[in-house]
Amino acid sequence: MSVLREIAITTEHDIVLCRRACREVAKEYHFNLVDQTRITTAASELARNIFEYAKTGTVTIVILDGPNGDVGLKAVFQDNGPGIEDIDSAMREGWTSHKGMGLGLPGSRKLVDDFDIQSTLGEGTTVTITKWRKQG
Amino acid sequence: MDYRVPILKIRDVLIVPIQIDLDDNTAARLQHDILTRIEQTGASGVIIDISVLDMVDSYLGRMLGDTAVMATLMDASVVLTGMQPQVALTLVELGLKLDTIHTALDMESGIELLDAMKKA
Ligand SMILES: Nc1ncnc2c1ncn2[C@@H]1O[C@H](COP(=O)(O)OP(=O)(O)OP(=O)(O)O)[C@@H](O)[C@H]1O
Ligand SMILES: [Mg+2]
Repeated sequence: MSVLREIAITTEHDIVLCRRACREVAKEYHFNLVDQTRITTAASELARNIFEYAKTGTVTIVILDGPNGDVGLKAVFQDNGPGIEDIDSAMREGWTSHKGMGLGLPGSRKLVDDFDIQSTLGEGTTVTITKWRKQG
Repeated sequence: MDYRVPILKIRDVLIVPIQIDLDDNTAARLQHDILTRIEQTGASGVIIDISVLDMVDSYLGRMLGDTAVMATLMDASVVLTGMQPQVALTLVELGLKLDTIHTALDMESGIELLDAMKKA
């Protein structure tokens, strides 16, 4: 496992930088075009959640070497914001505490292979996504 | 980011070629600019071309859909042109329904669609 990029989210424009970094890494590791787009879109949603709800945080992109030569792109979205009171609700499509569409979390889960969310009220939230490269 | 998307006008159609990945502020400002130009010019149609965009997330998707709804209230039709297939697929998977906005393959068919809507 090697850390490829670390992006600090502090301004709204960092959402763009984060999705651009994910795109670059996915391209460099030869993910197909649809999967590059899925990873980039999920990253955009999760980076925006950091900016909207926690104000600041970090995104870390790593490449995983799985068994049989599998390659995975993992991105970790970490913040020390307010945390999420009810994760089950937050993961439901259409559920929003603000005036969003409630698409970010459930939508990005659908775009990746593995999705993990840990959150503690008053301490922060960490969302980890992984996409495995398709063979061929 | 201090970038503004250009809005061109040909006859009574506004052409909006989005040429770079927009941050949220720039996207919000674009919505405002499009509606202002419709009001100023009385344009009957708007073509928003996104053929160079390699992704559309929920924020931009919602902005585009909302712009179409508001334009309709001002008697202008909006056509979104050039969306790359993998972008369209990802939007559907994400769960975003762009059902308030017309789409066309490219700008030329977008113009044809606007013509057809005007006659109808
Ligand atoms: N990093 C975070 N810190 C604190 N709360 C969060 C975080 N991410 C998400 N949430 C909470 O989970 C809810 C659902 O998030 P989700 O991204 O699915 O929808 P949304 O942000 O409300 O709307 P959309 O993403 O469609 O604009 C949010 O409204 C917010 O309350
Ligand atoms: Mg969100």
